[in-house]
Amino acid sequence: MKNRWIALYVENQVGVLAKVSGLFSAKSYNLQTLTVGTTERDDVSRMTISVMADDVTFEQIKKQLNAMVEVIKVIDLTTIPIHMKEILYAKVKGLDSAGKTEAFQIAEVFNTGGMVRITDIGTDSVLFECTLTERKNNDLISLLKTRFKKIEVVRGGAVAVESISSSCR
Amino acid sequence: MALNITGRKLFVKALKEEGVDTIFAYPGGMITDIVDELYKTDGIRVILGRHEQALVHEAEGYARATGKTAVVLVTSGPGATNTITGIADAYYDSIPMVIFTGQVPLHLIGNDAFQEVDIVGMTRSITKYGVTVRNRDDMGRLIKMGFQIASTGKPGPVLIDIPKDIQTTSGEPEYPSQVDIRGYHPNETVHIGQLKKAYRLLKNAKRPLILAGGGVRIAGAQKKLLEFATKMNVPVTTTVMGKGVMPEDNPLFVGNCGMHGRYAANKAVTECDVLFSIGTRFNDRITGELDEFAPKAQIVHVDIASASISRNVVVDVPVTADAKIALERLVEYAEPMKTDKWIAKISEWEQEHPLTMPNTKIGNCPQDICEGINEVFPDANIVTDVGQHQMWASQFIRLHKGQEFITSGGLGTMGFGFPAAIGASVGNPKKPTVLITGDGGFQMNMQEMATAMSENIPVVICIFNNSNLGMVRQMQQLFYGKRYEITDLSAKDGGYYPDFLKWAESYSCKAIRVTSSEEIIPALKAARANKGKPTVIDFLVSPDDLVLPMVKSGTPLSEMILK
Repeated sequence: MKNRWIALYVENQVGVLAKVSGLFSAKSYNLQTLTVGTTERDDVSRMTISVMADDVTFEQIKKQLNAMVEVIKVIDLTTIPIHMKEILYAKVKGLDSAGKTEAFQIAEVFNTGGMVRITDIGTDSVLFECTLTERKNNDLISLLKTRFKKIEVVRGGAVAVESISSSCR
Repeated sequence: MALNITGRKLFVKALKEEGVDTIFAYPGGMITDIVDELYKTDGIRVILGRHEQALVHEAEGYARATGKTAVVLVTSGPGATNTITGIADAYYDSIPMVIFTGQVPLHLIGNDAFQEVDIVGMTRSITKYGVTVRNRDDMGRLIKMGFQIASTGKPGPVLIDIPKDIQTTSGEPEYPSQVDIRGYHPNETVHIGQLKKAYRLLKNAKRPLILAGGGVRIAGAQKKLLEFATKMNVPVTTTVMGKGVMPEDNPLFVGNCGMHGRYAANKAVTECDVLFSIGTRFNDRITGELDEFAPKAQIVHVDIASASISRNVVVDVPVTADAKIALERLVEYAEPMKTDKWIAKISEWEQEHPLTMPNTKIGNCPQDICEGINEVFPDANIVTDVGQHQMWASQFIRLHKGQEFITSGGLGTMGFGFPAAIGASVGNPKKPTVLITGDGGFQMNMQEMATAMSENIPVVICIFNNSNLGMVRQMQQLFYGKRYEITDLSAKDGGYYPDFLKWAESYSCKAIRVTSSEEIIPALKAARANKGKPTVIDFLVSPDDLVLPMVKSGTPLSEMILK
């Protein structure tokens, strides 16, 4: 079992999201995240899906998605170079001043390239805003959980795009 | 520029341009405009069923007997929900079909309006494609898409939901002759490299076996299969859905395999060293316990749906292709193999445990009835319901050239048989249609007798009446200590309801009861002579008769219960 990634181009129509997500429940596939948004074309949407699956199941998922009339293209992101980010908000509550200082320190350590900042602050709380990879977000959340008692996490699900091929650079 | 036309006119125009001459319909509030348009139309026969589920099974029988895409028209709400079992049945058996449902007007959708349901949502996982027409100008394109998708690639049901106001709105008058669907590319070629690899594997086998499924029939590849098997001298087994794709009197045919397959066929699957499978999805009723399926074999899998390949059974050589396209090529490669010893071995197994039933103590032996049907109706399309009788039919009915075996294989829908037989007869009125059904399944859709009488459908209804739900009773008998809970259909007073003879009489339908074996042939002959109308034959059989061999669910094919 591994975490794997697929991007889908789909018809931007009523019911397509239900059809795609319905496949995962109907066939007991382990869907981790699913994001969907419009593309440069009004009639095409793009989904980024992560699943936990073994090799055989993952092949089956791709084939089943390919077989759907509403799915225009399936791209397996696990085998190609990609850029991927996930937006994460983490509200840490019940902080004393030492706790706040530590929160800022953590933000600073994780902040590579301006991707993590404390974007809001209260008398005993801070709000992290992060645009990291999903894995980096996981690391941050597990650290926050060990250091602080009360945290609230909101995650957006990952969005991914293929890298620009080296021959085009 | 042609003048705009209403949706209801476009609907009829679309049917005409698709060459549809028969539809299966039931009226209701949200399709009254289309129904009115049909009144004004010549050249389309409208079969009025008596229940929407039955309509869909009728359409399935029609599609199976003709190869054409069948059309169903029902209203919204309960009319639509009643079709669901039929749609699922069509989906699992890959039947080309377009189901039109009425829908409440656009502005009422989402209001929980009278007779509103989200039928597209409800059928999403059992249709190949489903859509609500939200713009009148999309209607022609969507209907065309529906017919294209239903009938190509791996066929299946498509549902098109048409709100009432779309039916009366004027718009685009043209019905397109072709539409491009960017997300839909049915496989029309075969990877030659893979096919050659598959062929070489077969050619080098010592104990080769071809497993042919319903895909061979759908592709119309029966002749090519026979040619290929004959040229290579390779024995053939079939699935239940594939029954009849290989002539059953051919020496290379070893019978059906699977849960109630022939001993020799299941032994051959277990012992073969190359299993060349084509047009099957390796349903659990075929494989038994997966880990021990064809344990000694390398497996080739040819199927039009790549999603069927390596799903249930991990295969050594996958080939994504239409069965006919693949077999046409394979026939070109085919060279004879030395398989005499292997075929002799299979014959030995057949001698060891030939497919036959013991004579029953009471009533008719199901095998005798099937053999009677073989004798009196060697030219008929055979339709079955679901249960013991279905498996006996799959075992003992012998199919000759041009006969179809129409059965609910994937979903196993009780109630399928009678309406499917009506549809098959509507589609192919020149060919006799014999229904083999049980008393349980028949009662699930017997209201269709009104349809059969009104439309003069000459189906021969053979009820294998054991006054029990026999298949489940068989499991109770074998695996649940004979605790016959809710499988006995007779009443507490010992009576049985209905009396099928009196019931048939109320429809003015000829009915015959057969209580002993010497009456079988005369009854079937009398049914054959009763032209233009249905005939009921109530064959009394014993509830203790078993379908054997049997592979218990979840055990390997090699562990057959034989007695």
